[in-house]
Amino acid sequence: MSTPVTVSPTADVEESPFRRFLVQFRENRLAMAGLILMILLAIPAVAAPWIAPQNPYDIGSLDILDSQMPPGSVADVSGITYWLGTDSQARDVLSAVLYGMRTSLLVAFLSVTVSLLIGSTVGLCAAYFGGWLDALLMRIVDIQLSFPAILVALVMLSVLGQGLDKVIIALIVVQWAYFARTVRGTALVERNREYVLAARCLSLGWRRIIARHLLPNCLPPLIVIATIDLANAIALEATLSFLGVGVPVTQPSLGMLIANGFEFMLSGQYWISFFPGIALALAIVGINLVGDHLRDILNPRNAQ
Amino acid sequence: MRKKDRQVPVFIINRLFQAIGVILVMSVLVFVGLYLIGDPTSMLVSPEATEIERQALRKALGLDQSIWVQYLTFLGNAVHGDFGRSFLTGQPALQLIVERMPATVELVVVAMTFSVVVGVPLGILAGLRPKAPSSKAIMTGSILGFSLPNFWIGLMLIMLFAVYLGILPASARGETVNVGPVALSILTLDGWRHLALPALTLGLAKAALIIRVTRAATREVLPMDYIKFARAKGLRPSRILNVHLLKNILIPIVTVAGLEFGQAIAFAVVTESVFSWPGMGKLLIDSIITLDRPVVVAYLVMMVFFLVILNLVIDILYMAIDPSAREKVRD
Amino acid sequence: MDVSSMQATAMTRQEPLLSIKGLKTHFATRAGVVKAVDGVDIELGRGEILGLVGESGSGKSITGFSILGLIDPPGRIVDGSIDYDGLDLVSMDEEARRRLRGNDIAMIFQDPSMTLNPVLRIDTQLIETVQAHAEVSTAEARQRARDALVQVGIPSPDERLKAYPYELSGGMRQRIAIAIALINKPKLIIADEPTTALDVSIQGQIIYEVKQLCRRTGTALIWITHDLAVVAGLADRISVMYAGRIVETGTTADVIERPLHPYTQGLIDSVPSHATRGHRLHQIKGMTPSLLNLPKGCAFRERCEKATPECLVAPEPTLLPGGKSVRCWNPAL
Repeated sequence: MSTPVTVSPTADVEESPFRRFLVQFRENRLAMAGLILMILLAIPAVAAPWIAPQNPYDIGSLDILDSQMPPGSVADVSGITYWLGTDSQARDVLSAVLYGMRTSLLVAFLSVTVSLLIGSTVGLCAAYFGGWLDALLMRIVDIQLSFPAILVALVMLSVLGQGLDKVIIALIVVQWAYFARTVRGTALVERNREYVLAARCLSLGWRRIIARHLLPNCLPPLIVIATIDLANAIALEATLSFLGVGVPVTQPSLGMLIANGFEFMLSGQYWISFFPGIALALAIVGINLVGDHLRDILNPRNAQ
Repeated sequence: MRKKDRQVPVFIINRLFQAIGVILVMSVLVFVGLYLIGDPTSMLVSPEATEIERQALRKALGLDQSIWVQYLTFLGNAVHGDFGRSFLTGQPALQLIVERMPATVELVVVAMTFSVVVGVPLGILAGLRPKAPSSKAIMTGSILGFSLPNFWIGLMLIMLFAVYLGILPASARGETVNVGPVALSILTLDGWRHLALPALTLGLAKAALIIRVTRAATREVLPMDYIKFARAKGLRPSRILNVHLLKNILIPIVTVAGLEFGQAIAFAVVTESVFSWPGMGKLLIDSIITLDRPVVVAYLVMMVFFLVILNLVIDILYMAIDPSAREKVRD
Repeated sequence: MDVSSMQATAMTRQEPLLSIKGLKTHFATRAGVVKAVDGVDIELGRGEILGLVGESGSGKSITGFSILGLIDPPGRIVDGSIDYDGLDLVSMDEEARRRLRGNDIAMIFQDPSMTLNPVLRIDTQLIETVQAHAEVSTAEARQRARDALVQVGIPSPDERLKAYPYELSGGMRQRIAIAIALINKPKLIIADEPTTALDVSIQGQIIYEVKQLCRRTGTALIWITHDLAVVAGLADRISVMYAGRIVETGTTADVIERPLHPYTQGLIDSVPSHATRGHRLHQIKGMTPSLLNLPKGCAFRERCEKATPECLVAPEPTLLPGGKSVRCWNPAL
């Protein structure tokens, strides 16, 4: 007689990790809600130029008589309904929010992608080559991370000046270090595994070892950090723009829209700030719900 | 045992030297970086001023010299606490900052106290019963707290308490009382009313973090054998919670709360802007926008100095709480 | 000695200190119900030393924790009774149970590097144990703490009292854990593999000392281990556990020299000795079954060389003369 039949683990092995990931992800309702929220916000933002009732930056289309109208008002001339009201320059707030979301997402997405590339390259190199290179790179990372992100960004922007590209650069400078530290940590663990040591003894090329062995193992934490960082980037960009050192007036993001409406809020005209604020909050919360759950299922410590 | 006791001061001295190194490097970075900011004279003289007038002003401000001469002059003066004068007001930059400091520190201390007082009990609660609905509500709330931007939280609080309910003021600092040279608003009711919203704004975000750290630490400590052993000894639940659990989770909490104190001082920049709170952060934003270089540099160098000292204090505190950390210092 | 106290002595000899009947401790997990302890009977006299032997996952530690009422959800005692000195430990309320723990029934854990709280000084950890059960001054409690350290043979106790756990060796920490267990003069100590994590040289010392201490103070002891050799020289009686049940109980000499259950025989044959030098060591075939998915009938059936069709029905314990008991259809009688 052979060994007794054991429990399910054998059944689990047949499932691909990706499938299991999908199944685990779908189990959490909050995370699914976050994902749906992300999609529901991203699609109209990307499609803003085609679906927005108005181009809020086409001065010609604005009718100054329609300024500061409450939500639901109907324009005198064009007859369109301002579902979310208008701001002090008679911009349709709904259209402004759609365009603003577009700018916010663009800045966040670009800055996270570039930070991820720079950060993981630095992290992998530090982990693989070790020695003085590792010490130097990690020293830089440590020093940078010991400074509050907002200060680093403020200094960068005061040096660079205003502009969409400048904001993206500032965000990259703030974010790359997180990626570098995480990737290095994971890669270091893997690098000291015996099979990697063996591969090095066989003098397999370092590119191959990094690409085939170190990088794949760093992917789960990278996915988690990139997701959560997307939310952080949106939040930080909004903060900078709110403070008046972020995006230019010609391409306002959600943060700037909120700042524009701030002075009117105290007099009761809440909608100019409030709706961009709600859009911003929904985007950030949606991404965080997804990221938080991703962390739970991709963390090897929790997987057991 | 004796040998170990001698290690601690050596460690602190080592860290002090490192700290001075970091401050020097950062001062170069800050100075060189800001040197590249546009020409401040253009902000100071009227557009009709002649080139000769501009030259005279540059010379008066020392801007005609090479960047390194400017840096060394700056460094030499900075050691004596002289960071130059504000281009705008002509007051010493350091004095401007020091004047604004109590307002910021007051705001941050109140906010951090709030975050610890609220965050630690909620974090323990969520850690003790991770599956209870109340714990899930706490954790979801904390996601909101630390992911939503600070200015957004401030905005919503203003909308609720200042505009809709109309019970709290939305801006400025209230009535202050001088304690020695320091003006404090926590001694008057009006002061508290003005402090409430900004402190809550800053404190909610930090509380969210403290909750997460406390919960994670609680979850890590609870399954430990020493907790089970404490129960096997027949200790009362209150003693296990207040001594065996709390003393162990205090280590990460103190570390994070300390680091967050530094972060909070920096993030006060945002909160102060939202609430027109007359602190250092508001001063920094105003100075960045008006290119008032000496004030920006002085603020940043002060911040670096402060953060480095803070890290050192955290390390020392850490050794005070975690006995085995004293051992590790030997390496 | 007068007549009544002699009678009392006679009575206590008959009345067991601890009597466990049909204990079942189950864990409701996502994958199903884990029957960690599934019908355990144990009887223990005053001052008696019982060796509870089994491989990891056999439920021996869970049995120990069940006695102390330290089973956390998703675990739960679902059936059976634990009678300690006339008290029903299962139905007892938590506060009453707390007053027994560390006072009447103490426990020593496996890994001494984990059982002492790393951020508390040794004296704190001893003193709090005293003060949890008796209203005594800290000075008095400290004196007791010092006495307890002396009792377990710790040199320079005053210095040790002021130390933190990380400053002490593993053997020293385990001695302190033993001192904590002994400090309130319990009637029963449950020791859960307390020497497994220690160096072999210290193992022997600790086992010897614990035995002496129990004998001197008349403390009953349940020594949980996976190692038959450890309890051979220590216990009065041995109970062997397999897959949540006790498969054999008897005096140490009986169990070691005349094992009845095929599993016990397998365990004994797999211990290397002079007799087996140069020979291939015996190995129990197969693997420990998962507690989630036990084979029908006798849990050992699929690994047993003597298995017969009868074994598809779980055997009940058979009581034999001499206090022996075995749970097997084909014992080596």
